[in-house]
Amino acid sequence: MPATRLVGRPAAPGLARGPVALLDRAGGEPRVTGDPAFEAGALRTAIRTAIEALNLLAAEAGDAGAEILGFQIAMLEDDALSADAFAEIAAGIPADHAWRSALDREIAGYAAADDEYFRARATDLEDMRDRVLDALTGAGACTIPPGSVVFADNVTPSRFLATDWTGGAIVLAGGSPMSHVATLARGRGVPMVVGVRISADTLGSTPSEAIVDGATGLVLVGPDAADLDAFRSLEMATADTVARHAVYRLKPAVTADGTPIAVQVNIADLAELDALDLASCDGIGLVRTELLFGGRGLPDEESQVAIYRRIAEWASGKPVIIRTLDAGGDKPIPGLTENGETNPFLGLRGVRLTLKHRDLFRTQLRALARAAAYGGIEIMVPMVTVREELSASRALLDEAVASLSAEGLPHRRPPLGMMVEVPAAAIAIDLFDADFFSIGSNDLTQYVTAASRDLASVVSLADPAHPAVLRLIEEVAAHGARSGRKVSLCGDAGADPRMLPLFLRCGLRTVSVAPTLLATTKAAIAAIDLREGER
Amino acid sequence: MNRASANMMLTNAVGLHARPSVKLTQVAKSFRANVELALAPDGPWSDAKSPVQVMRVKAGKGSVVHVRAEGEDAQAAVAAVVNLVERKFDEE
Repeated sequence: MPATRLVGRPAAPGLARGPVALLDRAGGEPRVTGDPAFEAGALRTAIRTAIEALNLLAAEAGDAGAEILGFQIAMLEDDALSADAFAEIAAGIPADHAWRSALDREIAGYAAADDEYFRARATDLEDMRDRVLDALTGAGACTIPPGSVVFADNVTPSRFLATDWTGGAIVLAGGSPMSHVATLARGRGVPMVVGVRISADTLGSTPSEAIVDGATGLVLVGPDAADLDAFRSLEMATADTVARHAVYRLKPAVTADGTPIAVQVNIADLAELDALDLASCDGIGLVRTELLFGGRGLPDEESQVAIYRRIAEWASGKPVIIRTLDAGGDKPIPGLTENGETNPFLGLRGVRLTLKHRDLFRTQLRALARAAAYGGIEIMVPMVTVREELSASRALLDEAVASLSAEGLPHRRPPLGMMVEVPAAAIAIDLFDADFFSIGSNDLTQYVTAASRDLASVVSLADPAHPAVLRLIEEVAAHGARSGRKVSLCGDAGADPRMLPLFLRCGLRTVSVAPTLLATTKAAIAAIDLREGER
Repeated sequence: MNRASANMMLTNAVGLHARPSVKLTQVAKSFRANVELALAPDGPWSDAKSPVQVMRVKAGKGSVVHVRAEGEDAQAAVAAVVNLVERKFDEE
């Protein structure tokens, strides 16, 4: 039988071959109607499992997060929530079905409320519903066998980080190459294809094998002998290219005309540093603190200091740009970010959110100033739109430094820079008195082109090569050169061989890329001759 | 059997929302008396010790909430609930 050929959008390059694993929203296997006593016991266990998991999360979540998780715990502990489900189970309905319909009725009550505060709580109820369902049906990150080709509608960043993808690949029906999960997949070297039509027909009735080419977006389900031969020769050719690029890894990046370019790395997880040679990069251009702690928000000050200090010490004096919490948008943190925003990318995210949660912001700034005593930490504030956000952040940093001095704790005041991703900041860049600038090309592109980074249907419009995006980048680079401030670019486009010549011709001399893309980025830079052609 | 009742207006910004509801059930649970809430003097009444039931009342800002209790410490329970609401749940 010939293979089923599916073509989607390439989101993360790489080749993978493995058994098909299907992951749907409801989780694992649906339960069959069993003995009511057994089903009731299963639901009680699942609720207890969910409460225990929430207690663990709450212990790490810090003040604001813990209070909201505390609400979920109190609700789950209340028998009134599960009474209807247990009544249905007694009538012979399976536990998962009974729980889902009971919670869906409860959620409908919230969704219909007049008061927006109550409407917004529907998401908390959905979270509780899914947590218990996952426990009931055995779904969860640990149940994906390593090396699988996972087919799903979508995968959240926190789920991605909680799963071992070694040898495997991700095929999504939804999603976009610009989503944060795609960024993470490129960072980890996990092949990923998005926008694929997935149906029971295409996957066959029995789980079979699949081949994924993340660079072209090709997915073959049930490959035959000829497909497997072609796959093996592609693997060999790819290994050749990787070997050719590998010679660039440890060398400084230089263009064909001899212009030195600084290449830094983006980090979302300490494990990425273990696999990375310090000599292969010019420091860390972006640490994503919203993902650093498992996507659950920030832990207490001491825990943060310990982690930031490890990163700073790893870098041994090279710059380490740590971005303050950039939650919101497509990176929700339960209990912290707003629920039910109609357009979260234009909502309360980045510095807008941290300035609303000043205790959390203050704690992070204190932790960063303390860790800065051990290395080249610089602080970067995301989503700055108006000058006041930058001055408010600076005032909080001043306060943090003063309190550390008063307490006699070792610290150093790090430089305070900003992300340039909101067009209002890019257009009026001279008004922002930041110590350095870093261009977030993914968000800048989606805001300039008004094309959402996570919608497959408009992703071709979200093109960083649009002249409007390039003009803004050129202006920011020129302002940096005039005013003696560092300018870098830390979006995914910085590792794109098609975009790199355009960026360098805009005047950029520093890019920050996923660790797995260091060698190919440097190889692409070596092929650029800035004496030739204009952009 | 001791009975007590009172009514009060919710003046905190978010009404009987997630955290205020949890705080209210914690206060109610610290008494032996049955404590109930309603939006009207003739009910329907909800168990003030159940966060799920208190949330179902969906009492937003400006709602008038009726509280009644029955049991040996009924007076103290009603007074404690009224006091919590008047302190705006210690949130503002």
